[in-house]
Amino acid sequence: MADNLPSEFDVIVIGTGLPESIIAAACSRSGQRVLHVDSRSYYGGNWASFSFSGILSWLKEHQENRDIVNEDPAWHEQILENEEAIALSRKDKTIQHVEVFCYASRDLHEEVEEAGALQKNHASVISENPTEAVHSAYLPSEDESLCTASCEMLTEQTPSSDLETALEINNVKVTGETKKHDDKTCMKSASEEETSKNVPTTEGTALQPKKTRITYSQIIKEGRRFNIDLVSKLLYSRGLLIDLLIKSNVSRYAEFKNITRILAFREGRVEQVPCSRADVFNSKQLTMVEKRMLMKFLTFCMEYEKHPEEYKAYEEITFSEYLKTQKLTPNLQYFVLHSIAMTSETASNTIDGLKATKNFLHCLGRYGNTPFLFPLYGQGELPQCFCRMCAVFGGIYCLRHSVQCLVVDKESRKCKAIIDQFGQRIISKHFLVEDSYFSENTCSHVQYRQISRSVLITDRSILKTDSDQQISILTVPGEEPGTFAVRVIELCSSTMTCMKGTYLVHLTCTSSKTAREDLEPVVQKLFTPYPETETENEEVEKPRLLWALYFNMRDSSDVSRNSYNDLPSNVYVCSGPDSGLGNDNAVKQQKKTVN
Amino acid sequence: MHGRLKVKTSEEQAEAKRLEREQKLKLYQSATQTVFQKRQAGELDESVLELTSQILGANPDFATLWNCRREVLQRLEAQKSPEELAALVKTELGFLESCLRVNPKSYGTWHHRCWLLGRLPEPNWARELELCARFLEVDERNFHCWDYRRFVAAQAAVPPAEELAFTDSLITRNFSNYSSWHYRSCLLPQLHPQPDSGPQGRLPEDVLLKELELVQNAFFTDPNDQSAWFYHRWLLGRADPQDALRCLHVSRDEACLTVSFSRPVLVGPRTETLLLMVDESPLAVEWRTPDGRNWPGHVWLCDLPATSLNDQLPHHTFRVIWTAGNAQKECVLLKGHQEGWCRDSATDEQLFRCELSVEKSTVLQSELESCKELQELEPENKWCLLTIILLMRALDPLLYEKETLQYFQTLKAVDPMRAAYLDDLRSKFLLENSLLKMEYAEVRVLHLGHKDLTVLCHLEQLLLVTHLDLSHNRLRALPPALAALRCLEVLQANDNAIESLDGVTNLPRLQELSLCNNRLQQPMVLQPLASCPRLVLLNLQGNPLCQAVGTSEYLAELLPLVNSILV
Repeated sequence: MADNLPSEFDVIVIGTGLPESIIAAACSRSGQRVLHVDSRSYYGGNWASFSFSGILSWLKEHQENRDIVNEDPAWHEQILENEEAIALSRKDKTIQHVEVFCYASRDLHEEVEEAGALQKNHASVISENPTEAVHSAYLPSEDESLCTASCEMLTEQTPSSDLETALEINNVKVTGETKKHDDKTCMKSASEEETSKNVPTTEGTALQPKKTRITYSQIIKEGRRFNIDLVSKLLYSRGLLIDLLIKSNVSRYAEFKNITRILAFREGRVEQVPCSRADVFNSKQLTMVEKRMLMKFLTFCMEYEKHPEEYKAYEEITFSEYLKTQKLTPNLQYFVLHSIAMTSETASNTIDGLKATKNFLHCLGRYGNTPFLFPLYGQGELPQCFCRMCAVFGGIYCLRHSVQCLVVDKESRKCKAIIDQFGQRIISKHFLVEDSYFSENTCSHVQYRQISRSVLITDRSILKTDSDQQISILTVPGEEPGTFAVRVIELCSSTMTCMKGTYLVHLTCTSSKTAREDLEPVVQKLFTPYPETETENEEVEKPRLLWALYFNMRDSSDVSRNSYNDLPSNVYVCSGPDSGLGNDNAVKQQKKTVN
Repeated sequence: MHGRLKVKTSEEQAEAKRLEREQKLKLYQSATQTVFQKRQAGELDESVLELTSQILGANPDFATLWNCRREVLQRLEAQKSPEELAALVKTELGFLESCLRVNPKSYGTWHHRCWLLGRLPEPNWARELELCARFLEVDERNFHCWDYRRFVAAQAAVPPAEELAFTDSLITRNFSNYSSWHYRSCLLPQLHPQPDSGPQGRLPEDVLLKELELVQNAFFTDPNDQSAWFYHRWLLGRADPQDALRCLHVSRDEACLTVSFSRPVLVGPRTETLLLMVDESPLAVEWRTPDGRNWPGHVWLCDLPATSLNDQLPHHTFRVIWTAGNAQKECVLLKGHQEGWCRDSATDEQLFRCELSVEKSTVLQSELESCKELQELEPENKWCLLTIILLMRALDPLLYEKETLQYFQTLKAVDPMRAAYLDDLRSKFLLENSLLKMEYAEVRVLHLGHKDLTVLCHLEQLLLVTHLDLSHNRLRALPPALAALRCLEVLQANDNAIESLDGVTNLPRLQELSLCNNRLQQPMVLQPLASCPRLVLLNLQGNPLCQAVGTSEYLAELLPLVNSILV
């Protein structure tokens, strides 16, 4: 296939992460000829999502840490007199300190060979992949149930002029069903009994009664129900990415669910944070007066710029100090600081805090009672959606296709072509390269930060309620000064990211040490290992861990272009995922690059 | 991601759209024309259904076409077999739903659905409830759908408890929902019927307290949301007072009997609404209103024949029976007395507390406390201030009088748009308080001077007042209802802004009238005074009409019996 690649493009994009995919789509949509390649066998790079077997293969790749040193020096011969080459790296160095723990017991009568490598029930590093990867090339878009599930559509119903304040607009409910109302064919055939179901249907046999113990082999067997994100992010419902999805009409390739609740971890207890008007009204934990205080403060934050007299005197101090000066009980101060502004005691000043609070509130009510959306089937869907848009408008895609070097014209100092793994020279005007593709020579001066990540599979929610299908976000403040707050996102099975009866929990923070060192204390606070045998005490408060993964990911965001050595001006750099919650960074890169 | 087709560019789209629209318009117009022709020709068959559905599908607000459809369906009902009809109904229901999706607030569509369901032999109400739930899911404030839901719930005899739970769920989602709160106020009295003797439409205390907590949550969360305050008002309000005759007055001099009702009534000539028994025998009389207009009013009177008032008996009893109101009252005129009366006490009957309930004052007291707490946090919230005023009135109007007036002042400052309404409300409360004080003092003299009154109300309560002082207020008129003050002898209304005197008419005992420093422009406005036979003293100083030429002459002619007219 690769032999037939055209030899000339307008734009060549290397790497299929979110920023690259957005730019690829934008270029293709505006009529440019786009070649989009990725050396990996899957879309998304570090933005990808994996099934359980997929993540195991991914693990294997990164744990083995083998150098792929089958360097083909042939390309050197292609470099002409008046040319230079910038060699690209063929090894992914962005993932480190990978550690896996399995707590779920393996079923002795089944698939013994698969679980053979596991040391039962004790924290142990898996050194071998227990299963052979089921799919050699992981293609999430194969999932057929994708189209039948209709949950939340990205169609905005209410014109925003109607919305006086975000606190008042929680009547905006955009469901898949309302979308159907617009659908002509659906309307004509609508016999009344056929009301469309709002709940995605999962075919299969995963319906486990709640009490049944979950074994590792079950997880393996149901592995395709998992969509495990490498980065854990949410979409701010008035964030740049949502705007972009709507504007570009890419939203129709994806489906979303509203995060159902914001949680806080306080005094050893997980509790729900009332943040919307409806939450405050329904809250049983707030007193009447607290309700008023909170609403009053939040209403002020919505348009704090209009009342500078309220905060001008406090601009120099931290947001947490400022909150103390407001009419708020300690309870409310904690909620606002950690769960709404999502900052820490020391991290932000008054203005930053107010800005963050306003942004949170601004996003409330557009699609539901919280400001966030999560893409069904995982964050990894998003780069793929943009890739699809790019492909629909003529972009050419090659996975498992690596680029050996960029060819630079000595005289003009412009990049003119790439040489791919087959030695084919492909000419282009513009080149977009994701940071991880650059070799150490190029990045020798770059200072990277790290993100600490953990992925857990658990058996119950961190806060039990009537419904077991909750999507929650929880911020656990750093304990000592200098440590970072840990963001916890818990996904239920209806997000199509984990099998029934389990929850997929993502922990993220800016690294100070290895991922495990950074995150394990929080994991221990919130969870307990899955017991070997069922104890009588069924009322264990904490959810139990079935499986845990830790790894560090390189954070190449915020790297100045000047820190890379000798980049020609028509080579643009895209960064990998950052540690933030939203995706604004990715969209901003696109804007900057396209302009 | 599959099955999503490639979209054309915007220019292509725009052009395609334009053509499509043109085509649509043509179809629309020709279909409309055909329907009207067929209707005129009486060809009401299935083709009309088909044609109208094309048009209504795009524009469900075409009322005439819905009528057309009803005519067709009615005709087909007679022609078709039950099976065919069932299929027809099924299609019609599906079609209606698709129309509702086009416009969920189409009056015509919801009405047609009501009509259709009402005609079905075995309507599937469960499905209709589900439909309502779905439409309210999309827009929980769609009052058309709420209306339809109430219709369905009533037809299907859904237990009120279930409907109440439904309102719960919607209020939980968004409490700014008049429909949902209103539905509660209909359902709760059904769920908790009061014993026959109790006030109808009210709630037992435990339920009331729970509802108060719920609604407090709402107004503490958002004190500017009106729906919660309205519900709060309903919770604390009470049902309309029972019909009653408030006062009966017989005057020997004027040979006249006057009745005051608890609500405005119309007593037509020769009707049975009002019966008069004199000494236990019925007496046919002509009823009229004091101002002679015979419009619905609180006060009606009749002339008595001399035989009913003679001094031969030690006393005469007069009994008035109000058949419509199921009420009666009796009074006695003793020998040698000029007048006799029987009157409800304003203090005992708590006449003026009808704004809010007679619930246990502890409930009201604690509501007052929470409102005051809220008011501290939200000193400028008008709903809170108004509720405080109303609660204080319900608790003890005289005790809280001073405080109430302060709250009125604040309220007027924060809500200047409603200043006039507030002035009127304040006038009403002050007048009520003065009435209570007069009753405690057991006198027939009412001082309402220097109270900044803007309006006069409760005049039907002043039947027995002989001296009334309205000086130094902001009154602009002496309204027709003033004619109810049949015993009034002296009326002082100096220093107001009075322009008309419609109410100073037919006052049989009025002797002195003082109207200094008002805004009486033309001598003509004094015309009503001519009907007051005993008027001897009239003071008009300081009115514009004093400057007019010929006023004195006009007055001398108009009021020949008045001894002293000060101009």
